[in-house]
Amino acid sequence: MDNFRKLWANGAFRFGASVLTLVFAMGVFAPLLGTVDPAVMDYNNINRAAGHTGAFTLVDGTQVAHAFWLGTDNFGRDLYSRVLYGARVSLLVAISTALVALLAGGAIGMLAGYFRTADLVLMRVMDGLMAIPAILLAIALVAALGASIATVVVAIAIPEIPRVSRLVRSLVLTLREEPFVEAARALATPTPAILLRHILPNALAPLLVQGTFVAASAVLLEAILSFLGLGLPAEIPTWGNIMAEGRTQFSQYPGNVLYPALFLVPTVLALNLLGDGLRDVLDPKFAKR
Amino acid sequence: MLRFVFSRLAAVVPVLFVVSCMVFLILRLAPGDPAAVIAGSSATNADIEQIRARLGLDRSLPVQFGIWLGRVLQGDLGYSYFLNKPVTELIAQRLEPTASLAIGTILLAVLIAVPLGAIAAARMGGWVDRVLSVLSVAGFSIPVFVTGYVLIYLFAIQLDWLPVQGYRPLGGKEGLAGWARHLILPWAALSIIYVALIARITRAAVSEALTEDYIRTARAKGVSEQVVLIRHALRNAAVPIVTVIGIGVALLIGGVVVTETVFAIPGLGSLTVDVVLNRDFPVIQGLVMFFAVSYVLINLLVDLSYLALDPRIRY
Amino acid sequence: MIRRAVLSGAVALGLSALVPLDASAQAENRIFRFVPHANLAVLDPIWTTAYVTRNHGYMVYDTLFSEDAQGNVKPQMVDTYSVSADKKTWRFTLRSGLEFHDGKPVTSADVVASLKRWASRDAMGGVLSGFIDRYQTPDARTFEIVLKEPTGILIDALGKASSNVPFIMPERIANTPGTEQIKEAIGSGPFIFKADEFKPGAKAVYERNPRYQSRGEPSSSMAGGRRINFDRVEWVIIRDPQTQFNALKAGEVDMVEQPAFEQYYTLTKTAGLKVIDFSPAGLQFIMRFNHLHPPFNNPKVRQAAMLAMGQQAYIATQVGVPELGRVCRSMYPCGTTYADENTGEFTGSPNIARAKALLAEAGYKGEPIVLMRPTDLASIAKIPLVARQQLEAAGFKVDFQQMDWASLVARRAKKDLPSAGGWNLFLTAWTAGDISNPLTMAMFNAKGDKGWFGWQDEPRIEKLKDDFARADSVEAKKKIASQIQTIAFETATHAPLGQYRQPAAVRDTIDGVLETPGVPVFWNITKK
Repeated sequence: MDNFRKLWANGAFRFGASVLTLVFAMGVFAPLLGTVDPAVMDYNNINRAAGHTGAFTLVDGTQVAHAFWLGTDNFGRDLYSRVLYGARVSLLVAISTALVALLAGGAIGMLAGYFRTADLVLMRVMDGLMAIPAILLAIALVAALGASIATVVVAIAIPEIPRVSRLVRSLVLTLREEPFVEAARALATPTPAILLRHILPNALAPLLVQGTFVAASAVLLEAILSFLGLGLPAEIPTWGNIMAEGRTQFSQYPGNVLYPALFLVPTVLALNLLGDGLRDVLDPKFAKR
Repeated sequence: MLRFVFSRLAAVVPVLFVVSCMVFLILRLAPGDPAAVIAGSSATNADIEQIRARLGLDRSLPVQFGIWLGRVLQGDLGYSYFLNKPVTELIAQRLEPTASLAIGTILLAVLIAVPLGAIAAARMGGWVDRVLSVLSVAGFSIPVFVTGYVLIYLFAIQLDWLPVQGYRPLGGKEGLAGWARHLILPWAALSIIYVALIARITRAAVSEALTEDYIRTARAKGVSEQVVLIRHALRNAAVPIVTVIGIGVALLIGGVVVTETVFAIPGLGSLTVDVVLNRDFPVIQGLVMFFAVSYVLINLLVDLSYLALDPRIRY
Repeated sequence: MIRRAVLSGAVALGLSALVPLDASAQAENRIFRFVPHANLAVLDPIWTTAYVTRNHGYMVYDTLFSEDAQGNVKPQMVDTYSVSADKKTWRFTLRSGLEFHDGKPVTSADVVASLKRWASRDAMGGVLSGFIDRYQTPDARTFEIVLKEPTGILIDALGKASSNVPFIMPERIANTPGTEQIKEAIGSGPFIFKADEFKPGAKAVYERNPRYQSRGEPSSSMAGGRRINFDRVEWVIIRDPQTQFNALKAGEVDMVEQPAFEQYYTLTKTAGLKVIDFSPAGLQFIMRFNHLHPPFNNPKVRQAAMLAMGQQAYIATQVGVPELGRVCRSMYPCGTTYADENTGEFTGSPNIARAKALLAEAGYKGEPIVLMRPTDLASIAKIPLVARQQLEAAGFKVDFQQMDWASLVARRAKKDLPSAGGWNLFLTAWTAGDISNPLTMAMFNAKGDKGWFGWQDEPRIEKLKDDFARADSVEAKKKIASQIQTIAFETATHAPLGQYRQPAAVRDTIDGVLETPGVPVFWNITKK
């Protein structure tokens, strides 16, 4: 609790946490915030300007009166609804990616830091992974595994794993020499217990910080993959998808790209600032980008 | 030091091996058949099989890898399946635009970010500092293609000051002016990220350096603030700054891919997207080799630059 | 803008000073900049059927015959021709003065080698080869084709507009096996390919061939005169549709071959630009069944799927611009020679009740059907969504598989069970020129295992195609084509899903773009 008060005193953390809570709420409560089904295409309402009000035809043919606060896209879908529901997926992708990267990178880092032989092999593999440009890897993975939330998450997470593993590895290398670890070893504590009960808790803070940065770049990377046509399938609204579909008409209807950007940029900003704040407060010495 | 350089260069080999194995596996095990893409829509299964045989895709994976590796060790990166040109020629041809884009971006970013960061550190709490803190995080929170489209819309379409797209080679008809004109907007779009990143680190590193004893000594000796800042603080902050530049270069290729697509620049980035989508294996493998080697070399350069920047570092 | 002003100022200055113009300061209106719909990667129009390579072929090569706007095949490189009384020996005389870009004259030996290479790759050429006994070259400007039996498709085949086109190359290049790509682009066509300026993925450059001898008649579609009004044509490769639009608007390019449909209305309203439709017959969406595996190995289930289709929805979703699409029931595109309204039960509008009845009759128990969708091909990425919706409305259970195009073409070549890496359905689009007759329509390749993807085994269609090749009058061919279509609808080879046009966008300084079966040709065009 004391920690939390310290965090809240930090401006960056405050901003980040507030914005993220807002975006999260937006996504969770999307159905209640004046939206319609984001996948429904109404041919009579193509490319409407923001603020247009009119009748929206649903799948079963019924019409509802609707205010298109952000206008519609070139399929006739309500942009406001898509952006709000898009928050769900974009956040889901961001958090899942961070979790996958942290879990995998953490596991690899701990093994590499604690066991010499594992270190040699694993770090060479990690070096190799880092040497492949993240974009190329992501494109190849999505092309290889097909486009779905799971594969996009994996494709974005894999390039982030080496950095996380390096971080954890360097932590473990230092922590290994600490007296309490030596004591645990002397007491014949099984290695997994040492790893999980002694080393892991001390690595949590920097991992958390790194996780927020991973989440931030996941949102951006998802947008870039969608831009290249390799993101999530088009019916699943994500901010990246919406922008990607709107790019062919940017100079005529910039809203398709700018409105989702209006939500995406503050979210990424918030994630980055959250990480900054966490790092400043929790442990400035260990956390490095 | 020579031993250091050699050992680092030698470390390229296992990295390249791991990288090529990984990419090779991903490509061959992935769905998607370059032979089917080449064969086109009117083809029959027989056509596809014929092409597969010609490309050597019907042999077993280890055999394919062995053949490819053997050729690479002789300097032969193979032929593109689709473009019927040697991979090395393709890469060489498209290197100039990407290098122009990348190097220009880094130079621009450093020229803007380092002074900004230093000034922000020197006047902590001042308006430069405050504006920079906000803008710097914003800078790497905006997707590059959004920045690109907005810049094109403003400067190329509305104001008509700059071209919308394309690339003019340095040695071409339009010379230096044409080359630069076509790169101004791409540089601007891409460098925002790096200005943000570098400025942040510069500010942090310089402000930390400014708290050191030798700064107090210099000021006590009556050295002007400017000299203090540039010759003492910045010099000592150089290592972390150069480190982040090195990291930035490694991240650059992602931004380059998107920027080249938006601005229709025929570089390695747009080549990457095309060949991965087409499953042009030899080119993909060649590109990955190229990027991996560049990555290692850049890291090496960064590490070597520490020698010049920090006399305490010895290899 | 600024650059053009400076250039024209320089030209004016140069003229007024009576100083010979520097070769590089060409007048802007003699350079034509074109954005093709795809990247020009392969330069061999016989090795690949890719349209962009075909279009490149028309720049650099010439053809023996060409089709005019009425659909008649007229001589192009050929001067006169005749057929013997027994209709088995065809004799052709080339026009005089035809030369390749390297200065060598075009001879009958070159023609024969080129035709042989073409026939080794092209479907129609393959059928034709079955009729050919031998080629003869009595002299340098005359060649003869001696048939085993008469056929009505010879001239049509030689005047074929779309892939693969029987382009004429020098003999030494044409002797390259059809399975290998040629290494030089030397032809006798109106433009010379500048290999030294070619940058794959960025730019292809062509210069006017000063030795080209155009025919005297006025141009009519692909036939007639080919008058060149440019000294230089540049193909500028721009992948991003927004960038294409921006470049056209800024005057950096003169023509965009296939602007995205989303920009159509804006293009019609933007000053300085206009929309031109050089391909009135347009394109057609189709849905192809896998005839090998359940449930579509049962013709009733195929019929059910076909009758569930409503063309209007496809046009509205993928094309989006109502005036560019049209409902067309015929499998041969409307506006082409063999278009035929006899389409059995298929009307182009959904008949859900009948579809459901057929499914019940066939005993369909809800087995999921694998429908493939390409995510990275914007031109056909939306139609599978429509298909899924319409199929589900008829009671099908759809297993929607999304992948990039390279994965899709790999998967559609697999004969495995759909649940084990195979497929049941995919959708695509064809240019009208490629499916306008039964010999070239891939979907009518019903040779079973050796046939086109989908592997329908229907000997009746194959037999009728043979008869078509032997028919000697247009009426006879139309009759046979109609019979083939009837069987095609009965057995549901595939489902036609709507016809549409995809106009090009040009600057309003451009005039004279010819209407063709989908090939952008660069003769006759003028620029102010």
